[in-house]
Amino acid sequence: MDAQLRPSVDEALPRVGREAALAGLITLALTATMVGLHTVPGEQSRLTLEFRFPEVIMAVVLVFFGRLGLSFTREGFGTYGLAIGIVIALGSLFFPGLASIVQILGVGAGAIVAINALWKIARPVRPDRPLPKSSAQMMDDVAAWVQRKSVPIGGAGIVFAIALPWLFPDRSSVDLATLVMTYIMLGWGLNIIVGLAGLLDLGYVAFYAVGAYSYGLLAQYFDFSFWLCLPLAGILAAFAGLILGFPVLRLRGDYFAIVTLGFGEIIRVVLQNWSTFTGGPDGIASIPRPSFFGIAEFTSAPEADGLPSFHTLFGLEFTPLHRLIFLYYLILVLALIVNAVSLRVRKLPLGRSWEALREDDVACQSLGINRRNIKLAAFTISAMFGGFAGSFFATRQGFISPESFTFIESAIVLAIVVLGGMGSQTGVVLAAILIIGLPELFRELEEYRMLIFGAAMVIIMVWRPRGLLAHREPTVRLHGRHGPKAPPKGGQAQEVAAE
Amino acid sequence: MEYFLQQLINGLTLGAIYGLIAIGYTMVYGIIGMINFAHGDIFMIGAFISLMGFLLLGILGVGWLPLTLLIVLIASMMLTAAYGWTVERLAYRPLRGSFRLAPLISAIGMSLFLQNYVQLLQGARAKPLPPVIEGGFELMRRPDGFAATISYLQILIIVLTVVLMIAFTFLIQRTSLGRQQRSCEQDKTMAALIGVNVDRTISITFVMGAALAAVAGLVYLMRYGVIDFFEGFLVGIKAFTAAVLGGIGSLPGAMLGGLLIGLIEALWSGYFSVQYKDVAVFGILVLVLIFRPSGLLGKPEIEKV
Repeated sequence: MDAQLRPSVDEALPRVGREAALAGLITLALTATMVGLHTVPGEQSRLTLEFRFPEVIMAVVLVFFGRLGLSFTREGFGTYGLAIGIVIALGSLFFPGLASIVQILGVGAGAIVAINALWKIARPVRPDRPLPKSSAQMMDDVAAWVQRKSVPIGGAGIVFAIALPWLFPDRSSVDLATLVMTYIMLGWGLNIIVGLAGLLDLGYVAFYAVGAYSYGLLAQYFDFSFWLCLPLAGILAAFAGLILGFPVLRLRGDYFAIVTLGFGEIIRVVLQNWSTFTGGPDGIASIPRPSFFGIAEFTSAPEADGLPSFHTLFGLEFTPLHRLIFLYYLILVLALIVNAVSLRVRKLPLGRSWEALREDDVACQSLGINRRNIKLAAFTISAMFGGFAGSFFATRQGFISPESFTFIESAIVLAIVVLGGMGSQTGVVLAAILIIGLPELFRELEEYRMLIFGAAMVIIMVWRPRGLLAHREPTVRLHGRHGPKAPPKGGQAQEVAAE
Repeated sequence: MEYFLQQLINGLTLGAIYGLIAIGYTMVYGIIGMINFAHGDIFMIGAFISLMGFLLLGILGVGWLPLTLLIVLIASMMLTAAYGWTVERLAYRPLRGSFRLAPLISAIGMSLFLQNYVQLLQGARAKPLPPVIEGGFELMRRPDGFAATISYLQILIIVLTVVLMIAFTFLIQRTSLGRQQRSCEQDKTMAALIGVNVDRTISITFVMGAALAAVAGLVYLMRYGVIDFFEGFLVGIKAFTAAVLGGIGSLPGAMLGGLLIGLIEALWSGYFSVQYKDVAVFGILVLVLIFRPSGLLGKPEIEKV
C-alpha cells in the first residue's frame, strides 16, 4: 500500500530535476558577476578585473545538489536525500584545492541536507498517526516551559552571573561578560518599547548616544563624576525620549520604524558635525573612569585625588582586574534593575495597557486606554534605560565617537530583542549571548561576522517569526494563571470554556 | 540665477535617480504592505554589476559607447533582477501572512547580509570609475565667469528616466501583467480566486523594482563615478523618503517625491550646508509622516479592525 501511495522515482525525477536546475541557474546569475569578477586596483588608479570562475562553478554545483537533495526528501525519498547530503559533505571535504570557507560551506550544506532527510526518515507521515510535531511547535513547547520555569531559570542565571568573575578571573572573560551584559541591558530596555508595547523602534541607539554623550560632555565641561552623571544621563535620555516620542505618536507599524530610524540618524549626524561642542568625528577622549562609589579610586598608587585606592582600602593586592570586575558588577546591577522594573511594570495597569496596545492598536483605544500616554511612557522609560547603558558605555570605553552609534548598533539591539522572542526577558539573554558572545569567541571568523548575523536574522525570522523563545501569554490573567478553573465554585461549563 | 539653475539641474538629475529607486519601494509596499529595507542594497548591487560590466567590456575591447551602455544597462537590469527575485523568494515569501513586523526584520537582516556579501567579495574600498560620458552644454554665464551647465550625462539620465517612466506606466495601465498587479494590490485573496497567480505577480513586482533600481545604480555610478558597499543604505533611505513624500503605493507619487527630494537636497547643499543635507531629508520624512502620512498623491489609509 505504501508503494502505491508514493510516486515512483521516475515520476518525481523530472520535477525534482527541474527545481534543482532552476536553483542552479539562479545561482549562476547571482554569482557570475559578484563572485566571478573581482574588482582590483590596476594601473593609474583605475580598476581592473580578476576572474574567479572556479568559485562560481562550485557555488552552482553546491546549490544544484543541495536543492536536489532537499527536493528528493520533500517528495518522500529520504534515502536519496541522505545520500546526496553525504556526498556533498564528503565531496567538499576531500575535493582537492578548495578554500577552507568553501569546505565549511559545503560541509554545512551537506549536513543540512542529510539531517533534513534523516528527520524525514525517522518520523514518517502515516495516516494512522497524528502528524509529527514540527520543529517550530517543539520550540513553542520549549518557550512555554521556559516561561513557566522563569523563576528558577532566572535565579540560576543570576547566581551564575554573580559567580562569573570568580569562575573565569581573567581580563578577556570579564571584558566579554561586560560586553554581553551591556547588550542584555540594552535589549531589556528596548524590550519595553518593542516587546511590550509592540512599537518597532529602529533608532534606539539615539538614546544610547544621548546617555554616552551626556556623561562625556558633562565630565569634559563641568568635571562631573560618573556617579552624578549616571542619573543625569538617564534623565536627559528620558527627556530625549519624551521629545522624540511626541511627533511619532500618531504613527504605526512601519512608518513608526522608519521615523525612529530617521531620528537615530539625525542625532548621529548632528554629533558628527557639531564639532565645536561634541568634538565631531574625533569624539571625546579620556572620559574619567568611575570611582568605587566615591570612596576609593582604582589606582595602583595608594592614594589619588585625596581618595584612598581600592586595594589599600580593602587590604588587597593591586591588580587592574579589580576595576574590570567592578565595572562588570555595575552593569550587572544596572541590567538587573532594568529587568526588575520591567517585570514589575508589566503587572501594573501601564504594563497591561502596553500588552493590549501590542495585540491590537484600535481595540486598545476603544477600551478607553489613552494611547498617547502609554506610548510616551514606553518611549520615556525605555529611553532612560538606554541612557544609563550609554553612560556606562562611555565610562567603560573612556572614549566615544559618533562611529559607535550607527544604525548597525540599533539593528543589533533590535535583533537581540526580536530573535530572543519579543517580550521574553530570558530570550533577550539567550539572544545576547548568541549574537554578541559567540562571535567574540570565534574571532577568526571576524570578517564573516556581520554576514552570518544578517543571514541568521533572516533564517530565524523565517523559522520562528516571533523569535526563539516567543511565548505570548498575558502577564496577568483574570482568575490567576489557571483561568476560571481554579476557584472551587467554578462549574462544568466554565471548565469547558477554559479548555 | 545661474547658480540656482545649476542647482536645479543637479537636483533634477539626483531626483530622477531617487525616483527610480522609490518606485521599487512603493510597488512593493502597495502590493504586500512591507518596507523592502533591502531595496537600497539592491540598488548598490546594480551599481556594482554596472561597474563590472564597464570594466569587462573595456577588457574585451568593446569601444563604441552606445553599444557599451546598452549592454551594461540590460545586463545590469537582468542580473540585479535575479537578486530581487532571490531576496523575495528566500526572505519574504515564507513570511507572507505572518506577524507584521517579521518581514521588516527579515528585510533588515537581508540588507546587512547583502552589504557584507559585497564587502567580503569586492572589498570595503570605494570603487572608482572614470567618466564614461564627458562634455555638456553651457546654458548661462554670469559676468564673474560662473556658468550653469548641463552635461550630456545629465541629459541622458533625465531622458532615460522619462522613457522608463512612460514604458512603466504603459506596463501597469495597459497590459495584463499590470492588471494582475493592480488586482493583487487591491485584494490578494480575490485575485487568487479569479485565477491570478499571486506569488508569481509578487515575484514580478520585485523583479521590476530591482530592474529599475539597477538603472538607478548605473546612472548613479556614471554620475558620481564611485560606489562602495555601504552606499545603498543612505540612498535607499532617501528614496524611501521620496516614496513616502509622494504617497506610498502611488507610482506618479514616487517619481514626484523623488524629484522633490532631489531638489531639496541639491538646493539645501547649494544654499545652506552640505553637512546637514541628510538631516534636511530626514526632517522632511518626519514632517511628512506627522502632518500628511498619506503623502502628496497617496490615498488616506483607512484602518480596519
